[in-house]
Amino acid sequence: MEPLIKTAFPFVVVSVGILLAFQGVLMIVAYTVLAERKVLGWIQGRIGPNRVGPWGVLQPFADLLKFIFKEDIVPDKSTRFVYYLAPMVALVCALMPIVVYPFGPAITTVDWSFLPFGLGDGIHVLPLTIARIDVGVLFVLGITSVGVYGIALAGWSSNSKYSLMGGLRSSAQMISYELAMGASVIGVVMLAGTLDLNGIIFAQINSPFRWFIIPQFIGFVVFLIAAFAETNRVPFDLPEAETELVAGFHTEYSALKFALFFMAEYVNMFTVSVMCTVLFLGGWYVPGLSHLFDPGSIPYALVSHIAFIGKICAFLFFYIWVRGTLPRFRFDQLMNFGWKFLLPVAIANVTLTIVVVYFLN
Amino acid sequence: MVGTALFFLFAGFAIMCAISMVYHKNPLYSAISLVGVFISLSCIYITLAAPFIAAVQILIYAGAIMVLVVFVIMLLNLDEDVPLNRLRYLYAVGGGLGLVLLAQTLFIFYAVSRTPNVAADQAQTAGKTLSLGQAMYTEYLLPVEIVGVLLMMAIIGAVILARRLGQPQLELVVEHEEELRHHEQ
Repeated sequence: MEPLIKTAFPFVVVSVGILLAFQGVLMIVAYTVLAERKVLGWIQGRIGPNRVGPWGVLQPFADLLKFIFKEDIVPDKSTRFVYYLAPMVALVCALMPIVVYPFGPAITTVDWSFLPFGLGDGIHVLPLTIARIDVGVLFVLGITSVGVYGIALAGWSSNSKYSLMGGLRSSAQMISYELAMGASVIGVVMLAGTLDLNGIIFAQINSPFRWFIIPQFIGFVVFLIAAFAETNRVPFDLPEAETELVAGFHTEYSALKFALFFMAEYVNMFTVSVMCTVLFLGGWYVPGLSHLFDPGSIPYALVSHIAFIGKICAFLFFYIWVRGTLPRFRFDQLMNFGWKFLLPVAIANVTLTIVVVYFLN
Repeated sequence: MVGTALFFLFAGFAIMCAISMVYHKNPLYSAISLVGVFISLSCIYITLAAPFIAAVQILIYAGAIMVLVVFVIMLLNLDEDVPLNRLRYLYAVGGGLGLVLLAQTLFIFYAVSRTPNVAADQAQTAGKTLSLGQAMYTEYLLPVEIVGVLLMMAIIGAVILARRLGQPQLELVVEHEEELRHHEQ
């Protein structure tokens, strides 16, 4: 019995970690939707949802119930298998990157030997990351780039003109802005010398600037703009432009399938916010906190984690703010901007970084 | 044990997807199956401790090239049931190539069974990003440069072909209108 428990223990710990991380991210995502409706309401001189619970705090759950109990309508001439597959692909690809997020610094000062059956023997580190992958940046970029299939296939399988146009626009837009996004990340990777997300945070702590947003400001701006396009948000929400395409790629989707697309969009927003925070704003690092608490202790990890979530929420607010402020691009403007302005700027930034790094070393 | 089980899981999935890619008449289903092949291959790379190759496999093949293929298929909206009788002779070519591949696989099995088992060195960094980069830009610099030039040539060729075939009515309507307005003023 005892060796079995000992073998199963790491899997149980990882499963609990995955459960906590996914649950936490989904809760933040649910409240991002509420925050979006509230903030948009304030920007437009309205109150926003305030009926379900005090100040509308239970609105996300009411919405979820509504999505579950609505009638699920499948278009008669849709390609059934692909039609069902598309929302799953979109949501799975949006959720997968959670596995590599650095939620906080590793807790190293706790002695785990109090656990029964000698489970804690020899364990000194509790990392606040589910999986430390050597190529975290590439993993996140790769998985999110697979997410475009969800949208493209949804557009194709619905057998509707509006959906097809939305899907085509979306794939064209994502291919175009992925390049600029990848090129803007290369500057940070060169400064850090690693593709590991935690390694990038430590490289920022050890650098004289503390945050890479200072030496990589151009890269930051390019990344932020490309992130808006990658997540199909205003001002680049051409795939679901309601004045032209009804609702774009998800016109024919209803009930829970629509909810999956909706969730995928907001989880993607969360993902790019995490990437922005980790790559340019030092991730969980709070300057000067190591003077207050011992690095590796529980309060240090807790404050760092709250700082991490706070930085992400700032980005999410910025998204909502932009949505309430800016008008939509035209499609040719979008393409011209991406290929003729954003990509050259990103490549120039890479070249500049290469020259500076070469002469500094 | 877990590694072997994972290998058979992903390898089986890859073979299933490959078969479905070949057998589907609808090009879009074939493309989706090919994406499945790429993803399961990348999972196998991860179990072989080569995370960089795995990430690049997904990023480039599944995330970029196949998206373009799907894009083109959707744009053309090809008919499903066009009989391709004129390509009959390709069955023979495909069979021959398959036999070559089979021979190659058997040779690899033979070579692997001949080499002595060596315990993997934990400090070995093969498959890690740093060692890959160093190898690419020092030992294998010339092949990398040649491949780069080749890809560049292919891109330029594609641009030239598209330009020659392109008709003026393919230009964006909006730009055309702006030009007209300019002339009127």
